[in-house]
Amino acid sequence: MKKKNVKTAILTVSCALTAMAALTGCGSSGGENGEVIVYNWGEYIDPETIDMFEEETGIKVIYDEFETNETMYPKVESGAASYDVVCPSDYMISKMIENDMLAELNFDNMPNAKANIGEQYYEQSKGFDPDNKYSVPYCWGTVGILYNQTMVDEPITSWAQLWDEKYADNILMQDSVRDAFMVAEKLHGFSLNTVDPEELETAKNSLIEQKPLVQAYVIDQVRDKMIGGEAAIGVIYSGEAIYTQRENPDLVYVIPEEGSNVWIDSWVVLKDAPNKENAEKFIDFMCRSDIAVKNFEYITYSTPNDAARELIEDEDIKNSEIAFPDLSQYDNLEVYVYLGEEGDALYNEMWKEVKSN
Amino acid sequence: MTSKSKWLSAPYVLWSIIFIVIPLGMIFYYGLTDKTGAFTLENITAIMTAEHAKALWLSILLSFISTLICFLLAYPLAMILANMKVNQHSFIILIFILPMWMNFLLRTLAWQTLLEKSGVINNILNFLHLPNINIINTPYAIVLGMVYNFLPFMVLPLYNVLSKIDENVMNAAKDLGANSVYTFFRITLPLSIPGIISGITMVFVPALTTFVISTLLGGSKILLIGNVIEQEFTQASNWHLGSGLSIVLMIFIILNMIASAVFDKDGEGAML
Repeated sequence: MKKKNVKTAILTVSCALTAMAALTGCGSSGGENGEVIVYNWGEYIDPETIDMFEEETGIKVIYDEFETNETMYPKVESGAASYDVVCPSDYMISKMIENDMLAELNFDNMPNAKANIGEQYYEQSKGFDPDNKYSVPYCWGTVGILYNQTMVDEPITSWAQLWDEKYADNILMQDSVRDAFMVAEKLHGFSLNTVDPEELETAKNSLIEQKPLVQAYVIDQVRDKMIGGEAAIGVIYSGEAIYTQRENPDLVYVIPEEGSNVWIDSWVVLKDAPNKENAEKFIDFMCRSDIAVKNFEYITYSTPNDAARELIEDEDIKNSEIAFPDLSQYDNLEVYVYLGEEGDALYNEMWKEVKSN
Repeated sequence: MTSKSKWLSAPYVLWSIIFIVIPLGMIFYYGLTDKTGAFTLENITAIMTAEHAKALWLSILLSFISTLICFLLAYPLAMILANMKVNQHSFIILIFILPMWMNFLLRTLAWQTLLEKSGVINNILNFLHLPNINIINTPYAIVLGMVYNFLPFMVLPLYNVLSKIDENVMNAAKDLGANSVYTFFRITLPLSIPGIISGITMVFVPALTTFVISTLLGGSKILLIGNVIEQEFTQASNWHLGSGLSIVLMIFIILNMIASAVFDKDGEGAML
């Protein structure tokens, strides 16, 4: 749910800068109305909207980026850097709620969040935030297969085709534990939240069996590699599909017939946030329809903001099955839930076995 | 030591404590405890499990190959440089150091673009109707990345010792009837050992611990010990295991350092 292949570099630089700022003690005094510290996915916002927010509210935004939920969590948990607003995914939000890291939101301060975000998305959020107390949906989407029509013999419709030897060295898998295991679990018809050791063992063996066919395990690079025709098939987030198709019309996105993951990334405020009020102002600003549509057009990830969707000018995109799939058509899409410490450890252990094989 | 010089060294002592001693202490603390904070050696012995041992072995193998290739490439070059006139060799050294002004990640990413199946190199080869090279996402690409990134660290210490060898020693050898091969093996090579050891350390240690090169050029398909440690910290949130494995890795690095200390008593091989 993120982009950019040099973000590792950006992260390093931003860490260095943060460290320098801390050392020199040049506590930036912030804008006239203080500051808000935002921690978001890489390339997950239109930078212009940040400038607009600063101009309109006089609140200075300190903006930092992460690449995966797993890299974000230890940084926030250790309190090494204090953030106000973070944008984790569903299962990570439930983990953070469980570990008492999030602050309850006051929706009275956020009229846009109340009015503009579709009721169905709050409903869906109950999977990880049962009382809708902690999170405001920002982006959502599915995980599916992106394939290059000119490089395959038949339409791709199933995860099983990622095990087809004729696509050897032409397959890109996601380099993250949950997304990689999801593919194998759905292939065998398991739940993507299974912690059953036998089912996981089966999924692991399938991934090991698939490994020789895989060209590379990638995260953001899947975009550039698919656009460049480097691989025929890639596992990708639906939000990247519109952008990649715009760049390379041969690419097609499908949700495989065995089912997949549907995810939500939501804004949350940390319990020990130094600027809680500004944090809510920031979230509410992002829910304003004109801002949300600007972000949608920039990052092309599906927006849960119904008011913003109405503002999309391109009819094709507004009614796109990729950007806004009708979820009622699918009965095998699942949300990730937090697996608990033991479940996480099991997944990580098995992922390591796959990678070292 | 006068009290004045003690005061002058204070900032460095402080620096070492904050950025070397304390972090090392934390690694040992995490590495030798479990999640409850109780003492355990489990994180250290975890290196014996199949995945970890395999990753460590592969790291050692690839770093060894890279170091060897660096040495074979760097030694003749350093000899040529050492025999050059002053203004010529500083230009060549500049050429070697120049790429290091650019960020290491960017240079490695550039290799990715060069080596890809439909990358720059293969496009040129196609144009010339030559066979393609498919080494991206294999150990070969990782070795290439290591050699490319660490070669200057081998060249510089070698050049440093070779340029200091007294020409009169060579001339004496020749006067006594040694041919050039004999002179090389009896005079040049033994006298350059401090540089060789220093170069080996400066290539082997970063190659052994790298995780960026293997991720970018190995397509995350090849798990080196650096990748295992990185993932324990960033993905698995298991700082204890990550620290434990780091301690194991440190043992290998310390062995390497001891070897250099034994061979390089005078510190002659130090960088320029």
